Amino acid sequence: MTRKQRRAILILACVGLLGLASILVLFALRDSIVFFHTPSEVAEKGIEAGQRFRLGGLVAEGSVRRGEGAAVEFAVTDTVKTISVVYRGVLPDLFREGQGVVTEGRLDPSGKFHADTVLAKHDENYMPPEVAGALKDKGVWQHMGKQQPATN
Amino acid sequence: MIVEIGHFALILALAVALIQATMPLWGAHIRDERLMAVGPPAALAQLLLVAIAFLALMYAYVWSDFSVENVYLNSHSAKPLIYRISGLWGNHEGSMLLWILTLSLFGAAVAVFGGKLPETLRANVLGVHGAIAVTFILFIVLTSNPFKRLVPAPVEGLGLNPILQDPALAFHPPFLYAGYVGFSIAFAFAIAALIEGRIDAAWARWVRPWTLAAWMMLTLGISMGSWWAYYELGWGGWWFWDPVENASFMPWLAGTALLHSAVVMEKREALKVWTILLAILTFSLSLMGTFLVRSGVLTSVHAFAVDPARGVFILGILVIFIGGALALFALRVGELRQGGLFAPISREGSLVLNNLLLTTACATVFIGTLYPLALEAFTGDKISVGAPFFDATFGPLMLPLLVALPFGPYLAWKRGDLTAATQRLWAAAAVTLLAIIVAYAVAYPGPWLAPLGIALGVWVMAGALSECASRIKLGQVPLAESWRRLTGLPRAGFGMSVAHFGVGMMVVGIIATSAYQSERILVMKPGDQVEIAGYTLTFKGAAPQRGPNYREEVGLFEVERGGRVVTNLTPSKRMYDAPPQPTSEAGIHVSWRGDLYVVLGDQQTDSSGGYAVRLYFNPLVRFIWTGAVVMFLGGLLSLSDRRLRVGAPRRARRVRAAAVPAE
Repeated sequence: MTRKQRRAILILACVGLLGLASILVLFALRDSIVFFHTPSEVAEKGIEAGQRFRLGGLVAEGSVRRGEGAAVEFAVTDTVKTISVVYRGVLPDLFREGQGVVTEGRLDPSGKFHADTVLAKHDENYMPPEVAGALKDKGVWQHMGKQQPATN
Repeated sequence: MIVEIGHFALILALAVALIQATMPLWGAHIRDERLMAVGPPAALAQLLLVAIAFLALMYAYVWSDFSVENVYLNSHSAKPLIYRISGLWGNHEGSMLLWILTLSLFGAAVAVFGGKLPETLRANVLGVHGAIAVTFILFIVLTSNPFKRLVPAPVEGLGLNPILQDPALAFHPPFLYAGYVGFSIAFAFAIAALIEGRIDAAWARWVRPWTLAAWMMLTLGISMGSWWAYYELGWGGWWFWDPVENASFMPWLAGTALLHSAVVMEKREALKVWTILLAILTFSLSLMGTFLVRSGVLTSVHAFAVDPARGVFILGILVIFIGGALALFALRVGELRQGGLFAPISREGSLVLNNLLLTTACATVFIGTLYPLALEAFTGDKISVGAPFFDATFGPLMLPLLVALPFGPYLAWKRGDLTAATQRLWAAAAVTLLAIIVAYAVAYPGPWLAPLGIALGVWVMAGALSECASRIKLGQVPLAESWRRLTGLPRAGFGMSVAHFGVGMMVVGIIATSAYQSERILVMKPGDQVEIAGYTLTFKGAAPQRGPNYREEVGLFEVERGGRVVTNLTPSKRMYDAPPQPTSEAGIHVSWRGDLYVVLGDQQTDSSGGYAVRLYFNPLVRFIWTGAVVMFLGGLLSLSDRRLRVGAPRRARRVRAAAVPAE
């Protein structure tokens, strides 16, 4: 085999592999990405029942209700619209009323959101970036950063 | 006072790094030996000064000097000593100082162990390394000064995020940084080679151990992070394809590819251009990881920096180094001579396949990590790319890699014989077939693909063992002779087998855990029983307790298996004093079959006294981290190879000396 032929084989292998990878990536991007919406966006964009997405906002004050067994109901709000969420499982440590939350799941025909994942991550000041952005857009963002030391 | 000394030492280190970044490079350019000789002492002085700065900050942490803002914000006098120390790198400023310390350590190591390197190469390497140090020390001094004082000094600190108060996480950042920063050596060597327009086997013989050391640290660092996430976050998962995890995983993938292409470079002087490019890419991905994690682009527990100036600064460093390196690469790459020829079916060919698959896999992770950021920047749509994406792209690319892995070591350099290699793998194939049958029998009924996945891991493990056995001619020669070969042959070969065995273990663990995890979520009242994966758990109740800096609610579960009490598990919910933040501590029972994992949830609001409880059984999950440790040990074995320690540099010099007149 000449050097040229070897190079051709190598280039073919590269192109083939990259092609395969691109196809995999494109299909995966089409099928497995999840959009993030706030309750207002859900209303505006007319998201249909059964479509998987992430719903984010604040846990509405006084909305958390524990049902049968490990079932929990609460409402997610962006202060304009509110959607009630049903979840079965143990809530994350930092889940609290009035705090930011991201849930993932589907709407049912009655407009209730059935979540299979609830994220309220890591640290008490943490605000999921999507929630912070969405709330900023709605003008209800208060900065929840670390308290600054007094330097008088 | 001590804190100020630290601050001054850091600024002095910046000056020394500036000298290191200019004089040796200029000296190498005009071939002035005195200028080139500045490199090593400058690297050592830089290490000394950075170490003084680091120790000064550590002093402030250990003795809880809250007049230092960084200590006030991230420490608390009631924390145990180890977490007061690890608090140093549990925040942005301190962790950047650790980054610099690691960088200086590697630079000094080149200065100390590089005595036998050709003078110009050493000068160029130290010069480039100095330039990296300059930018990062400048970054700290200008945007993230950890030595800032507070007047008046507060009496008590705010404390460290409690989920970071954990032994595995205390050591996770140092290992991760040692890995990230270790690749700076390979990067500096690549740039030096481009500056000189010359690269040979001696170059690879130098780069490989450093890359290997960095790769080992990164392997350990990532798996520590994964282990921590597993037992601390209470989700029973060990990898979430979180952008922050991916940021450390990408340099690992590229570094693994570099490790393998450096072998080809060393043994056959082929793949020169590619190896250089990989060295640049690997360190660029490390830098990008630092940027993604530290800039606040990704919000997570790691994103300490919210100051946009910092993000812009790191982005600038990124552009200078990656852009500059790639520009130099484009300019100089034509001057590098092509190396040895090889047939597609050969050891080189198999390593090229390894490189293609690893870098393509790295590219898919890259896309999955950055696509949401790009999409949001351009269209404003917010999306999340999670595990399903990576399962669908990364998984299929790993499949051929794992199938092909055992063949590689059996192929000869230059031109290999696939049929002969297959014949020598018959034992491994038989074991794999057996594994398929056993896995189907044990796991029936279950997912039909998973047993094949487990068999794939077994195939890699058996392949590594069989390679080892044929290396020592087990069964073909008397046992004593085999033993002599085992102890006498170069350790690098055995290191490879051990590391590959670790890969196989990890695959088995990953597939078994992902496919056969059982999960139960329920409400339990004291006295309630529940069954999972052959265990019977009895909830005995929960009681409050007091820890050194937290209160906790501890649940007691009696675990029985086959009518015998195996253990008592005590998962708890903690509330830390400072900052007041809740965490869950899972109760985990470890056995060879897998982990029983219990998380205590919230108490029910009604009067029943029940608690929400989450139970997992994760089969063979320990194989994942054990596999990583085995990979680390394989690397260690390879590093201890005599050839890497004594012979190489001297021989390298002779090779170079001989090569010079030929050009």
